[in-house]
Amino acid sequence: MTRDSHRDAQGRRLVAVTGVGIVTSLGQGQDENWIALTAGRSGIHGIARFPTDGLRTTIAGTVDFLAAEPMVAPALSERFAATAAEEAVAQARIGRAGDFPGALFIAVPPVEMEWPQRQALAEASGGNEAVTYAGLQRAAATRRFDLWHDLFIFGTVADRIADRFGTKGSPISLSTACSSGATAIQLGVEAIRRGEMTAALCIGTDGSVNPESLIRFSLLSALSTQNAVPETASKPFSKNRDGFVMGEGAAALVLEDSEAAAARGATILGYVLGCGEKGDGFHRTRSSPDGAPIIAAIRAALDDAGVGPDGIDTINAHGTSTPENDKMEALGCMAVFGERMGQLPISSNKSMIGHTLTAAGAIEAVVSLLTIRHGRIPPTINYAVPDPVIPLDVVASARDERVERVLSNSFGFGGQNTCLVLGSEPA
Amino acid sequence: MSGRAVVVTGIGLVSCAGEGLDAHLAALDAGAPARTDAETYAPYPVHPAPALAWDGQIPKKSDQRQMELWQRLGVYAAGLALDSAGVKDDAAFKGNLHLVVAAGGGERDYAVDGAILTGLRDAADPGAYLNERLQNDLRPTLFLAQLSNLLAGNIAIVHGVTGASRTFMGEEAAGVDALRIAQARIASNQIDAMLVGGSYSAERPDVMVIHEMGGFLHTPAFQPVFAREGEGGFILGSCAAFLVLEAEDAARARGARAYARLGPVASDRTRRAPGSVGASLAALWHQAGLAHPATVISGATGVAPITAEEQASLHQLAPDATVTALGDIVGHGLEVAAPFGAALAAGLVAETGLAEVAVTTVGHRRGEGVLRLSAA
Repeated sequence: MTRDSHRDAQGRRLVAVTGVGIVTSLGQGQDENWIALTAGRSGIHGIARFPTDGLRTTIAGTVDFLAAEPMVAPALSERFAATAAEEAVAQARIGRAGDFPGALFIAVPPVEMEWPQRQALAEASGGNEAVTYAGLQRAAATRRFDLWHDLFIFGTVADRIADRFGTKGSPISLSTACSSGATAIQLGVEAIRRGEMTAALCIGTDGSVNPESLIRFSLLSALSTQNAVPETASKPFSKNRDGFVMGEGAAALVLEDSEAAAARGATILGYVLGCGEKGDGFHRTRSSPDGAPIIAAIRAALDDAGVGPDGIDTINAHGTSTPENDKMEALGCMAVFGERMGQLPISSNKSMIGHTLTAAGAIEAVVSLLTIRHGRIPPTINYAVPDPVIPLDVVASARDERVERVLSNSFGFGGQNTCLVLGSEPA
Repeated sequence: MSGRAVVVTGIGLVSCAGEGLDAHLAALDAGAPARTDAETYAPYPVHPAPALAWDGQIPKKSDQRQMELWQRLGVYAAGLALDSAGVKDDAAFKGNLHLVVAAGGGERDYAVDGAILTGLRDAADPGAYLNERLQNDLRPTLFLAQLSNLLAGNIAIVHGVTGASRTFMGEEAAGVDALRIAQARIASNQIDAMLVGGSYSAERPDVMVIHEMGGFLHTPAFQPVFAREGEGGFILGSCAAFLVLEAEDAARARGARAYARLGPVASDRTRRAPGSVGASLAALWHQAGLAHPATVISGATGVAPITAEEQASLHQLAPDATVTALGDIVGHGLEVAAPFGAALAAGLVAETGLAEVAVTTVGHRRGEGVLRLSAA
């Protein structure tokens, strides 16, 4: 019996990618990003968006060529998301302008009012006595700030993107911390496999480099403090790595039931072959010391894709450059891939663009697809002092290699582990 | 495609009415909130969290300290749901149990915020001052109590629910979609069981600022949801609701009690215009497969004019049904409204033998959802 070419080995609908879009500190669009990523250029620089006096970390991979009004995380995240989605939808040539024939799954950073707005409310509360939330409430009751309600509730970014692109149904805004972008893709894959829709717009976006977000990560000792030469601060898998560098950006993917994509004559860029996830109840910010959840997530992705460890040609690592992540990720990979890990190319885009947090899983999925298309693995820059306890084949400079399948890892606070297998052809 | 039948096998509820299903069925019967606190956050009334013996569901004090109220309420309710499903001590079941949480984010340090805002008035260099104060005054662990996905993280840590979790954000619609996705994953054979729910702390001056902007809060005293005049508005309620959903065959195989079936969840996001909410509810009502429910649990917010639109729509869709506003029982818990309504409806089906109960959720800004709970 021959297999339906639009079904996977488990008889499920194959999920094709027909459009991608990307924004990072390195630039806007696939071309700019691909040139910069393969040239080993860093997008990390001193923060210019706000004063950094007194901060332990003063560098980030902010996206400075796109702005929002006001300059707050949800507005900026929306701008990045819209920019990436425009590119993806245009490439997919799907639907009509403002009429995307499928649902929206968007990973967005958790939303909170920010300090400039708190200050404006405090000012409007009047008086000279100490500022309290009762005062802020009185200011809010003047009705002068009503437009900020929508700005600072959680569903607005998705709502506006849904309006702009005309996606169908109730859009889903989600967070699985630093694996959010991968989860957005996973939700789209599952919906298409269920036959609920033939297309999905999956986005991960993050524009949350602001004082409080940076300081929160800093207080958890998660950030690199190697401010002197910003472009060398993020050094995944190196012995002298000391934390991640915050990054910003967005990526969007148009996923389609491959049968529907073929029927409309779409160009297929690749396939999301498998998604795997596993929770970790060990600690709020640290992985189980035995790496079992990471191992389980990788294996689940391989199983879902119907490929064994030998079917993976390269790993797009989570590779944050924190001492903890890189050690645990290496441990997990070595457990799954065994001795082959010594020759299996692994690389972290975060060495160049920093950790784009909510967007990372989506951005790195797009880079994985570009890796397949170009047959070139972007480097992990700053890999000058390998960590001897994690003997990996880290791609220190761009490597030309035929790549059919990529494993893309995403791990996050709160025990979130999500892995994707992307491929050039059905498994 | 409807696929496998999905049943509710576990219910965990916490609100001003207390904890557990029985307390809430009694509150539903009474049709009025058990407690309203109109003083502490005046002019905003709230329906406060009940006094809970946290140790009962969160044994370690160190875990309790790592969480703010919204997380503790949620972890507590999740524990009640696992207990009611009879899986609390089944490590293997919980280790494979997947989780969808509907939640916003966590509390702030109000004293720190106030002091910084006061100091910023006269700061010579506001940027440097803000940096210094935040760096010195923010508790490092507060971040983890604020992050949306850390409710799920805490449920994994405290209860060992470690299949994998996804957190949906986005106010009322997030709660509807959490149930929709969980139901669909089970119905389509993608998974056998899920823990779904959310929690909300109303006793937070910062959320009152957010919802006062736009004028969405009802003041100064309790009024029933469908009787609020003028612009209306909601009264926030501290609450949490979790449900264990399972494939009917899997639940039967392990001898679990099924409270009710949850049908495919109908949801949409229509552009709001006069009449759009009523039309959306009517379409979703039919999509959800509702026939003649004798009872409707409405998640109506009290916000005008959509609350009146919903009421009129329900009157047409189910003219003989008893419509109870969830807001009149527990207050408004945003992301929690749909899971709370679904859990309560499942309990009602189980306890009273009703054939079907409808649950509606109309978001104060966006999103409409209709659920059907029916006899298992």
